[in-house]
Amino acid sequence: MIEHRSIAGQPLQWNVELRDIAHRSSLLYELVHRDLTVRYKRSFLGFFWTMLHPLLLMLIFLIVFSALFQTRTPHYETYFLSAYVAWNFFAQTIVNGMAGIAWNGPLMKRVRVPLSVFTVASTVSGLVNLALSLVVLFAIMAITGVPLRPALLFLPVSLTIVWIFTLGISLGLTAVSIFFGDIREMVQAGLPALMYLTPIIYPISVVPERFRWMIKLNPLVYLVEIVRDPIYYAIIPARMTLLIAVVTSLGSLIIGWMIFRYLAPRFHAHL
Amino acid sequence: MNVIELERVSVRYRETKVRSLKEAAIRAVKGHAKADYFYALRDVSLAIHHGEAVGMIGANGAGKSTLLRVAAGIITPSLGVVVTRGTVAPVMELGTGFEAELSGRENIFFKGALLGCSRAYMRSRLDEIISFSGLEAFIDAPLRTYSTGMVARLAFAVATTIDAETILLDEILAVGDGAFKRQCKTRIEGFVARGSTVVLVSHELEAIESFCSRTIWVAKGEIAADGPSAEVIAKYKAQGS
Ligand SMILES: Nc1ncnc2c1ncn2[C@@H]1O[C@H](COP(=O)(O)OP(=O)(O)OP(=O)(O)O)[C@@H](O)[C@H]1O
Ligand SMILES: [Mg+2]
Repeated sequence: MIEHRSIAGQPLQWNVELRDIAHRSSLLYELVHRDLTVRYKRSFLGFFWTMLHPLLLMLIFLIVFSALFQTRTPHYETYFLSAYVAWNFFAQTIVNGMAGIAWNGPLMKRVRVPLSVFTVASTVSGLVNLALSLVVLFAIMAITGVPLRPALLFLPVSLTIVWIFTLGISLGLTAVSIFFGDIREMVQAGLPALMYLTPIIYPISVVPERFRWMIKLNPLVYLVEIVRDPIYYAIIPARMTLLIAVVTSLGSLIIGWMIFRYLAPRFHAHL
Repeated sequence: MNVIELERVSVRYRETKVRSLKEAAIRAVKGHAKADYFYALRDVSLAIHHGEAVGMIGANGAGKSTLLRVAAGIITPSLGVVVTRGTVAPVMELGTGFEAELSGRENIFFKGALLGCSRAYMRSRLDEIISFSGLEAFIDAPLRTYSTGMVARLAFAVATTIDAETILLDEILAVGDGAFKRQCKTRIEGFVARGSTVVLVSHELEAIESFCSRTIWVAKGEIAADGPSAEVIAKYKAQGS
């Protein structure tokens, strides 16, 4: 018989949290299923909107920026999209994670669930959308004559690293935004700026040499690079880049989880 | 064996809540004193034994729902310790944790998953849940089109059909019609006969008296009385509530 203790002042324990998520085997599935369907239930295009939305954005960026960078970078579409899908996963997931509070708050007050499962589910939904965007990207590559090389097999590793990074940020930001509602608007306002600070639409070589070190302080530079490398350059990322990406993503997960585990017991007062 | 134990449990909230970073910054600059606490529950100790049917009564805002939440492990107490043993299926007041856009049928699976049941298990119980809820005609309509009573029926049907050891029911009777109340009564009696534990929060004293052998009276976050239903309810009535 499962015994459950809730003790005042005790933060969440990661092993209990994992056990509880594993114990509710179908919960993650149901939450992801709901994320992916409900959001679009009342819209005309339904689930296709999930695919169409990034496609439209991609198209806009392509038209606007390919003229600018085409000469410098061959197959600019692939260059841009290979980084943009990773960025879009990151940005969408953290925004959806925070938006999910309004949605999941009533549930958190009515059933005993491992509280982090909602954030985990939103990252998994993000991965599903990412997979769909990758299908679109591979189709574009096939059409424009960019070969699909064996280095692509490295992509799951890169995406796992990006996923861990995103999960950490999402856990931390979601927890804090339950206490301070304005965090969400601040993040939403800051994300576009962050995107332009990351070499996604432009190659880092356009940044003057003396400013490059500043750009490189942004961990997203490496996370985007490890996704772009196997797709666009058809290479396995450099060891140093990988190392930085792994270290920042683990750091993100640890810090995000720390914030979440200490704040979670007091969520209910703010829901 | 006790299925629920509360040891000196308090649940408290800050009287003025800071809801934004901006506000927090302003308060920090101005040097506001920390707001006082409001105690929704104050120093409550309580044990509910396996197989008991316990009623819970008290005025609005007394802390009944809070007590149920903390006992179910949905919220962590601000002070004290709560221990629950076995699976607990709570049916909280209003809304009851469904997804408005999903159909009744999809919600059965969704709610089942939240309560820790697999899809396969829920599929095996689906017919029973639907027929008990009496919502056959509406089961594929989105939940947002259901009436309050219909939602309550579905919630009750799900929570009582999965084999949970303990069921916590918050004001579930208030919105049900006569037929549903009779069904509930039969179910609850069946549960108690089978050795499951039931905690029932209600303002309907007759219902409590007929379903539950023990009643807890909650007043202003504290336990005002706890004992045989007839006695506690008599006391409660005598207080003029
Ligand atoms: N998140 C919160 N922040 C501040 N106060 C809260 C919060 N949640 C509950 N309370 C307070 O706790 C008290 C107890 O609420 P509770 O819902 O337990 O009452 P109740 O006994 O179930 O009442 P009712 O019979 O109306 O359902 C109320 O005074 C309520 O205002
Ligand atoms: Mg209540």
